[in-house]
Formats: sequence, C-alpha cells, structure tokens
Amino acid sequence: MNRSGVSFLAVLTLTLGCLGLTGCTRPTAANFEKRLQEQLINAKPGDVIELPEGKFHLDRTLSLTADKVTIRGKGMDKTILSFAGQKEGASGLLVKANDFTAEDFAIEDTAGDGLTVQAADGVIVRRVRVEWTRGPNTANGPYAIYPTQCKNVLVEDSIARGASDAGFYIGQSDNVVLRRNRSEYNVDGYEVENAEHVDVYDNIAAHNSGGIGVFNLPDLPKQGGQHVRVFRNQVYENNTPNFAPKSLGPIYYLPTGTGVYIMAIHDVEEFQNRIHDNNTTNVYVIDYSTALSAPIKDTRFRPFTDHIYLHDNEISGGDKSPDVRLDGVKALMQVGGGSLPDILYDGVVDPKIAAGKKGQNPGQVCLSNNGAPTFLNLDAANGFKHPRNDLKAYDCSLPPLEAVKIPQVVEGSDKATAGGQ
Amino acid sequence: MPRVARAPSPARRCHRSLQRTGKAALALLVLLAILTACGRLPPPPVHPFLQEPFPEKLSDWHLFVGQSPRLQPNQRVIPYDLNTPLFSDYASKYRFVWMPPGTSASYRDDGVFDFPVGTVLAKSFAFPVDGNPGKNEERLIETRLLVHSKTGWIGLPYIWNESQTEAHLDLAPDPVPIRYTDSAGTRHDFTYFIPNANECKQCHENNHAVLPIGPKGRNLNKNFVYADGPANQLAYWTKFGYLQRAPAADQAPKVAAWNDPDAGTLDARARAYLDNNCAHCHQPGGTAGYTGIDLRVTDTGLRTFGVCKSPNSSGRVGTLSYDLVPGHPEQSILLARMTSIRPKEMMPQIGRSVVHEEGVALIRDWIQAMPVDDAACARNPSHPVPGARSRKPGL
Ligand code: HEC
Ligand code: HEC
Repeated sequence: MNRSGVSFLAVLTLTLGCLGLTGCTRPTAANFEKRLQEQLINAKPGDVIELPEGKFHLDRTLSLTADKVTIRGKGMDKTILSFAGQKEGASGLLVKANDFTAEDFAIEDTAGDGLTVQAADGVIVRRVRVEWTRGPNTANGPYAIYPTQCKNVLVEDSIARGASDAGFYIGQSDNVVLRRNRSEYNVDGYEVENAEHVDVYDNIAAHNSGGIGVFNLPDLPKQGGQHVRVFRNQVYENNTPNFAPKSLGPIYYLPTGTGVYIMAIHDVEEFQNRIHDNNTTNVYVIDYSTALSAPIKDTRFRPFTDHIYLHDNEISGGDKSPDVRLDGVKALMQVGGGSLPDILYDGVVDPKIAAGKKGQNPGQVCLSNNGAPTFLNLDAANGFKHPRNDLKAYDCSLPPLEAVKIPQVVEGSDKATAGGQ
Repeated sequence: MPRVARAPSPARRCHRSLQRTGKAALALLVLLAILTACGRLPPPPVHPFLQEPFPEKLSDWHLFVGQSPRLQPNQRVIPYDLNTPLFSDYASKYRFVWMPPGTSASYRDDGVFDFPVGTVLAKSFAFPVDGNPGKNEERLIETRLLVHSKTGWIGLPYIWNESQTEAHLDLAPDPVPIRYTDSAGTRHDFTYFIPNANECKQCHENNHAVLPIGPKGRNLNKNFVYADGPANQLAYWTKFGYLQRAPAADQAPKVAAWNDPDAGTLDARARAYLDNNCAHCHQPGGTAGYTGIDLRVTDTGLRTFGVCKSPNSSGRVGTLSYDLVPGHPEQSILLARMTSIRPKEMMPQIGRSVVHEEGVALIRDWIQAMPVDDAACARNPSHPVPGARSRKPGL
C-alpha cells in the first residue's frame, strides 16, 4: 500500500458500499483490494462501482464477470490503482463481461497488461489512463488498453504510456471506435490487429517507436481483419527506441521511427492525418513476408496488402535517422541509395491478382494528394532488383469506406470534435 | 453475501454439536449427553443450495460428516480421483461428487458428463502440517464447490479456519503462507493464492458457460479404492446410479496418468498433462482461445500446439521466438512459461505459485524427443512470392 497516497476518507467511501461477507469491517488500507474485488464479484447488472480518490496499491489482478457494470473513478489523475510489484495475475483489471464501462481512473505499473477486456459485446473505456510510470522499459507490460475478441467497442479520451507492445490494442474485434486518445512512449501507439470495422480518429500518437499499425497476423482464431479507417490523427516523432522484448514476436521487428504502417490487410483508408518526423519512415505499406521471416503455417492467412487508400494526409520529415538496429532496415537503405523515403511500399502484389495485369497497380494501392512526400517502391517481389520512385503510378482513388457504427456513438457526433486531447 | 438463518432441525443441531466438540470447549458430561441422544440418528442428508444466498458455512451443506480434516463423505457423497490432475503447488486434493436422489449424469465420450441440476462437486486442498515430516498430517486450506444451479454452474470458495473446524465462504480469499518440509526433506515456503470466485471462471468457463473440468470419461476411467474395496470409477458410478450410458471401462477412452511410465508413452503422458493443466484455457472458447493454441489431448497432431508459432499475445520469456520448437525445449516458450513463476510469464498465470518440477521434466523430455526440424521454424517454403529474402526489414 502506498501510504502517502491513501486518505482514510477515500477508503471509507469505498467501504460504505461494501458487501463483505462478514459485514463491513473497519476500513483499513489493507482491505481496499479485497473489498473492491468482492464488490466486483457481487456486482449485478446496472451496478456502478464508484472508486474513491486516492492511490491504492493492489497485489493481484482484479476481475469482473458481471454484465452491464460501470467502474467509475474520480478522474484519471485522482483515482489510481497501482499494481507495482504485482504478486499474482498479469493484468490489472481483467473483464469478461458484456456492456462494460470504465471511466475516470488510472491503472499503473501492472506486471502484464493494464486493462484487458475479453470477448465482450459492448465496451466503453473513457478517460482512463494506463501507464508504466518508469517510462519505456522492456520489462513493462505489453498492452495498456487491450480489448480482444470484442464487439461494439468505444475507447475515447484515454491515455496510454510505457507499454512494451501497444498503448491501445484492438485485437480480433469487430465494430470499434478509437478516438481522441493519446498514446505516447509505448513501442506501438495503436495497433489494429485482425480486427474489422474499426475507426481510429482524432488521436495522438507521439514519441512511441511506431505510431499506428493496421495489420493481420497468422495463427489467431480470427482471420481476415479489414475495413479500417484512420483519419485526423497526429502521428509524430515516434522515435523512442523500440523496447519490445524479442519474445513478443512481430513487434520486436517494428523499426523505431515508423509513423503509420499497414500490413497483410485489405480495405484500409487513411486520410487527413498529420504524419511527420518519424525518423525511419512516415508511411510503411508492406507484405507480411517482406517484413517478417516467421513461417506461415496458417492456410487461412493472406500475407498481401491491397485495396489501400491513403489520401489527403500531411506527410513530412521522414528518414532523419533510420533504425539501423535492424539489418533489414540497413538493407532497405541500400536499396534506397542510402536513404529512406516518407512513404515506403514494398510493391508486392498477390500473384493471383497480378496475373496478366503488370504495371497497372493491380493491388489497388492508392496514394494520392499527400503533399509532396518522397516515395520508394522496393520491388521486393523481384528481389529488390528495380526499386523505383514511381509515386505517380499510385495516384488513384478508391471508394471511401463507410463509417463504423456502434451503439455507443450517436451518428454524426464525431464531426463536432477536433484533434486530440 | 448474507448467511442463511434457519431454525436448525433437531438432527441438524445434534450434528452441529458433534462438530463443536472439536473445540474441546464442551464438558465431558455434555459430550456424553449428546452422544447418547444422537448415537443412533443418521447424519442429516446433503443439503444443496441452488441459488443465492449460499450458506456461509461449508458444514451447512452436510457434504461431510465427523471431524475434519478427515473429510469423511456423507451418504451419497462419493470420492473420486483423476488419471491426470491439475497441479496446484503440490497440494493434496480430495474430490467428491453428490447428485440429488433419483438423478444421474449422462456419459459423454468427449468432454465432461452432463450432470443433473442439483449436482455438487467438491474439491478440497490440503498441505502437510509444518514440523511433522513423515507424519502425514495435513492442514485443510480450502474446499471449492461447483454447484449446478438452475441457471448454470456456480463456483464457491470455502476457506478453512485455523482450528480446522469449519470452512467459511469467502469470495475473495486472502493468500495463505505455506511452510512445510516434505518426506524427501525438501523445504517448501511460499504464498498460496486461492482463486477468487471470479477467477474460477478463468479456468472453468467456456463460451461464457461455467463447466466442471475433471469428470470426463477419459480422466475418470481408473480404479479407486472405496471404503468397500477397489473398483473402476465409471463402473462404480454406474452401479451407484450416478452415471448412465457409460461404456464398460475397457471400452471407454482413458487418458494416461502423466506420472506413470507404465500408463502410456511419453507422448501420451505429456499430452495428458497439457490437457488437464492447460487445455481448459487453451482451447476454442476458453480464456486463452484467442491465442490460437489448443492443448487438448483430443488433438493428435502437433499443429495446434504452437509449433514454430510466434506468440501473438502478451506472453514473453527472454529472447525466445516460438511457442514450441521440436527437439529444442530450451527454445520453447511453452516450457519456459511452465518453468517461470513471474506473474506475467508463468503458465497457468493463476492457481500456481511454485514450479511443478516433475511436470516441467515431462514436457522437457517430450519436446526433446520430437524430431528436430530446424528448417520448419526458419523459413517459409510455401509462400508464393518469389525471391527468398534473408534479411527482413522488419514489420
Ligand atoms: C487454474 C485453473 C483453475 C482455477 C482458477 C480454478 N479451477 Fe477448479 N479445476 C481446475 C481443473 C483443471 C480441474 C480438474 C482437475 C483436477 O481436479 O485436478 C478443476 C476441478 C474443480 C472441481 C472438481 C470438479 C471439476 O470440475 O473437475 C471443483 C469443485 C472446482 N474445480 C471448483 C473451483 C472453484 C470454486 C474455483 C474458484 C474458487 C476454481 N475451481 C478455480 C482448474 C481451475
Ligand atoms: C487460466 C487460463 C490459462 C491456463 C490454465 C493456461 N494458460 Fe497459457 N495462456 C493464457 C492466456 C490468457 C494467454 C495469453 C496471454 C499471455 O500470453 O500471457 C496464454 C498464453 C500462453 C502461451 C503463449 C501462446 C501464444 O501463442 O500467444 C503459451 C505457450 C501458454 N500459454 C502455455 C500454457 C501452458 C503450457 C499451460 C499449462 C501448463 C497454460 N498455458 C495454462 C491462459 C492460460
């Protein structure tokens, strides 16, 4: 227990509503955790669990399995659940329940992930901060805000810092809106992985190793992530050296200084983003097999990247200091004549689509109206033999993707808001 | 959760008084009086509670008679055992089943039996008493109940008191320090974490439904020494009227005993171990279904075990790259996570505080014995894009 941060009054507030088996014993700092966990166990649909102001130390994962429950604190800097030195469980708060709402509190220094929500239909995370307070560190937990296999998810006005994989991770989910969040000093700012119908807008991704990744990976139960829109985000200076541990797999190979990247997915639209000063490359559009050498055993997996529409973005200031930690990046720099462009595309097209359509942009990767970015097509499919700067060949447009509709967001309300926190 | 207040029946009062004698608080006279009065009365039958509020005391269920820690089962409460159990910090475990009179479970070839509403499954955890190595004296820590209510299974953790006279329902139990020296002279000193009532679901839930895990044909198919002699459990349950449509024991599937080399090949025993220690989470619909590895014994191939698979989830151990690398236990994340006791690395991540050395040895031997296929994890021959590239630029 962090004594300095605990006010007696705060503990009292929580225990006032206590449902302990043995009645409400005299509130002490030490039983905050037990009482809160009991409240979560006894919660009934419709319950609001109010967390008092104060910093509380917890040793074990908190878990919630009751539907339609709200956990609400007094503010992301006022109600702090600190898991420093966590003894059991990896997550801070583990939720497996539908119609869950988390509001106005912070989770700090968990052993593993911060806020994990699994297999839920109906999730709202609002004004929640998840942070590893020592800053970037390989030993930090992987994901800060972490819904997987969920439906109808809204994450807004929240903050993530220090995750050794992604600050905001949307995995294997459907119908998701991520807006007005701030992600900084994580390895990846935002990851949309094997997910579909996702809108990512008005967020800030700054000072991570990479800004916003949209991709599919093999071997996950849900395959075929697609239909992702990334717009009006600010993605800048994502140059914090990648601190992911190697065992986390692909994220270890994310080059430091990547702005946005798109891999092994189709139907992605990214527009009106400001993407600048990401020191390896601002935009990275790539086939799974170009990026990673892990074998593909999953026959459902499609490594190709196509139907990508990047338009009306402001892109500037890439290639200041590419991540030469990765041999592959060094190799790319050689391909690029010693430097890397703002937009890096590997040029790999699904042979099935490419058959008989040489040179016509059969993969339908459209990069238009993005100012005057530098560009390189790596020609990776042909062993990097003919890298070229043929941005014009990709000046095309695709039909805009439809906005994601979730019950938590009233239609049109997103238009009223302007960039970031 | 409030305790139930009901006027105890005479038999019940009697039973209670008997239990209280354990406290040695009663005078001999009172004891004698009770014994005379109660001597011929049968213990009250099991009292199932199928909805909230659940009783605060374990004794209110009447699952056990006499004095703990012997946990002598009441009438119709049958003890059972499993071919390959879950490892829980070397705790001794005592499992019991009770079904309402006139009901029975239906056998299923694959998966847990179909139990009638009203079924109570109990599992108690005990550790040796410190300072008495070799004396076989144990201290009960907790008794977990799974109750088949009308709306589904409910998990209830009951925690034993210091004097071992009663266990109390505690939905978020405190950790318990465990210290003892085992018969081999090894000192054990650790904190035992009792799962809370929500954590039960992390292991027992599949597709949002709580289920028992152990009572499957393949895991129950073994002999048990009952009070009236040894018998095969499937046959005994059938004879007792607790099980319908079970095949004869020699026709029924049987999972290997993980620690008995005579009971199965190394491969069979390793798979049995993973089935009962991991697969309840690692299967479709389970807590770890989303990671895409499936550790059920019913799968014969290795494909679903994570061969050459990067962990896409939060698991991390050092610099290892793949869940399972045939022939290379030291490179396999699966083994590393069994060997770890750090919260974010260890598997399972709840319900275990110490390393299961023998289990780790089994899985190590198993991976070691697999034919090495370094190429399998190193490249991807099936990828249709020409031009094998050795140096990857990264994600
Ligand atoms: C780490 C995973 C895990 C957790 C957590 C867990 N169990 Fe289990 N439980 C098992 C496994 C595996 C079995 C079957 C193997 C065995 O009995 O050794 C089992 C068996 C049982 C049994 C015997 C019937 C059966 O399903 O086989 C009961 C009763 C039980 N658990 C109750 C509970 C309760 C109540 C909780 C929460 C307080 C709980 N369990 C938490 C894994 C778990
Ligand atoms: C209580 C549920 C539970 C049990 C029991 C459990 N696991 Fe896990 N396991 C998880 C979860 C959740 C993850 C994903 C998060 C993580 O990697 O920590 C996981 C991840 C893993 C991974 C990484 C998989 C991947 O590809 O991402 C391995 C390997 C693993 N577990 C092995 C085991 C082994 C071996 C056992 C049994 C000794 C076991 N687990 C028991 C819940 C469980």
